[in-house]
Amino acid sequence: MAAAGRALRAALPAGLWGRLAPLPGAPRRTAAHFSFQPDPAPSEYGQTQKMNLFQSITSALDNALAKDPTAVIFGEDVAFGGVFRCTVGLRDKYGKDRVFNTPLCEQGIVGFGIGIAVTGATAIAEIQFADYIFPAFDQIVNEAAKYRYRSGDLFNCGSLTIRAPWGCVGHGALYHSQSPEAFFAHCPGIKIVIPRSPLQAKGLLLSCIEDKNPCIFFEPKILYRAAVEQVPVEPYKIPLSQAEVLQTGNDVTMVAWGTQVHVIKEVAAMAQEKLGVSCEVIDLRTILPWDTETVCKSVAKTGRLLISHEAPLTGGFASEISSTVQNQIFDFMETS
Amino acid sequence: MRKMLLAALSRLLQGPAAAGRTASRVMVASRNYGDFASEAKFEIKQCDLHHLEAGPPTTAVMTREEGLQYYKTMQTIRRMELKSDQLYKQKIIRGFCHLYDGQEACCVGIEAAIKPTDHVITAYRAHGFTYTRGVPVREILAELTGRKGGCAKGKGGSMHMYTKNFYGGNGIVGAQVPLGAGIALACKYFAKNEICVALYGDGAANQGQIFETYNMAALWKLPCIFVCENNRYGMGTSVERAAASTDYYKRGYFIPGLRVDGMDVLCVREAVKFAAEYCRSGKGPLVMELQTYRYHGHSMSDPGISYRTREEIQEVRSKSDPITLLKDRMVNNNLASVEELKEIDVAVRKEIEEAAQFATTDPEPPLEELGHHIYFNEPPFEVRGPNQWIKYKSVS
Repeated sequence: MAAAGRALRAALPAGLWGRLAPLPGAPRRTAAHFSFQPDPAPSEYGQTQKMNLFQSITSALDNALAKDPTAVIFGEDVAFGGVFRCTVGLRDKYGKDRVFNTPLCEQGIVGFGIGIAVTGATAIAEIQFADYIFPAFDQIVNEAAKYRYRSGDLFNCGSLTIRAPWGCVGHGALYHSQSPEAFFAHCPGIKIVIPRSPLQAKGLLLSCIEDKNPCIFFEPKILYRAAVEQVPVEPYKIPLSQAEVLQTGNDVTMVAWGTQVHVIKEVAAMAQEKLGVSCEVIDLRTILPWDTETVCKSVAKTGRLLISHEAPLTGGFASEISSTVQNQIFDFMETS
Repeated sequence: MRKMLLAALSRLLQGPAAAGRTASRVMVASRNYGDFASEAKFEIKQCDLHHLEAGPPTTAVMTREEGLQYYKTMQTIRRMELKSDQLYKQKIIRGFCHLYDGQEACCVGIEAAIKPTDHVITAYRAHGFTYTRGVPVREILAELTGRKGGCAKGKGGSMHMYTKNFYGGNGIVGAQVPLGAGIALACKYFAKNEICVALYGDGAANQGQIFETYNMAALWKLPCIFVCENNRYGMGTSVERAAASTDYYKRGYFIPGLRVDGMDVLCVREAVKFAAEYCRSGKGPLVMELQTYRYHGHSMSDPGISYRTREEIQEVRSKSDPITLLKDRMVNNNLASVEELKEIDVAVRKEIEEAAQFATTDPEPPLEELGHHIYFNEPPFEVRGPNQWIKYKSVS
């Protein structure tokens, strides 16, 4: 990150730098802002429909329950449609034994989900907010992640997918805004996926559900209504552990995931326009296991890396990306 | 006798936040206070018992002074919550706001039965308790609007209000109950004859940590009253759909329990008096279920009518409203007159208006304080901001 700062400084005429960078140490009020930029409608998956993020999730879940007769969805308040309307209509369509509410017990929800998955049925658990996932942390890290390994592949809970609304929303404060991906990234055995848009969300969620490993799918809650795109009605999958290069460039690589992708897309446009800096924008998509190849290849080309995420800096996932990249391709990185 | 009552009444009407307010403005009409009874005896509902030989008494004596105080406190909380509703709809209060109107008898009854040196901890529906534990209305409203005059300096908001012997105000459902047991352990350890009242809702009653806490509290005989405020709905889920057993007072299983009518302030008071004595005598914890109701939805983003009917809300309002119940009791037993209670209403409304005025005009906490109180540390250290050029100083 510091390298990127110096990089940008080097790219600027000397006088401009002083005016752009505020006095170090002086706090300033900043307001989060981004505008969602929809991707063009894909043509290879058939007919598309205008959907926002929660509708694309509903569509994915609808496809999953239609295809897999063992699939069940459960969580707090999912029966009436969920607090973010992600499961609207599913109970009426598939019955109350396939879409049902649980009492208020996250540890119970995930433990229960692991149990369902171990028998081979597909379990799609919803945790109402990612901030509430911590009572279930033990179940995810100690039970779900290690089941296959400790049983010597005799058992696994690969058909478990946990969905949770994630990230800042403006008024969430302490307990409705957290981005806990870094806590889980420290745990081998699970997969963590964060989409940036409805199109990505449906494909990635269907991949998570069909993936033979327990997956945690974080949905940026600020995008539930704000992000609208043309999304295919039929099921389709987007591969996991593959980062997507949204825009190629030569001067600096910028990596983000979830809502922040839209912020850095704007920053890339601003950098091009005001500083003449050509940025390569990468959406990481899968946090664990992450696509080291795409990111390293990109940094080897540009020589500079900037990673941006909502979660706290210390121990955040950017530190993992940063250290891995520097470890692998240090010789290719610019010194300023 | 009359002069004493007059003085007592004017002191009452100044309210708990009184600081140098004159008594003269309060008296509008003069009347012969000797006409009122000084106290009256009331029949209260018997509590359901679990593993208890005897329960709280079925009659309660309330003095005129007590009645007026309960009335004023409940009315203040009611109006404060309605004011918060109004401010929220005007977007002066943002974020999440969980209102307590309908449940006033619970916090007032509990406060009436415990001492100020006892401890209380509850979940996020905390405005009522914040008030009864001694925070003035203006500080509560200022905290809701996020101003520096708020009781948590504007950094906590609706769910995080604290004061001496009141530990909040906790956002994560059920997480405050083990904390309550810990406070009770400290009470036992310091042997100052204090107890802890740990509250939670019917939704939280299904959390695993509650049962872990029951076990620890019973094992070590902690002086803790576990109070389940059963308002019949855990957010949008009715208790029948969430719980295998809706007898929340029996959920402690090996811990004795009481089920109490939470809409009757005297019933709550007697039950908590009974429970407090039980705990103080070293017999261990008790579980208490207060059957109550909330008029608003779960929070301000919940209209509250998609999972229950308007008729149901209306029925509770007309038949079991705690303030109306108290008012009828006082008027019918010659403890107060309708006009007198109306005067209290007017005074309360005025107080709330002034508090709302303060809450809307007080400045926000300064930006320099953003990083304070993350850790306790001296000397102050620097916290990174969202980018490498922003740093906040953290002082604590």
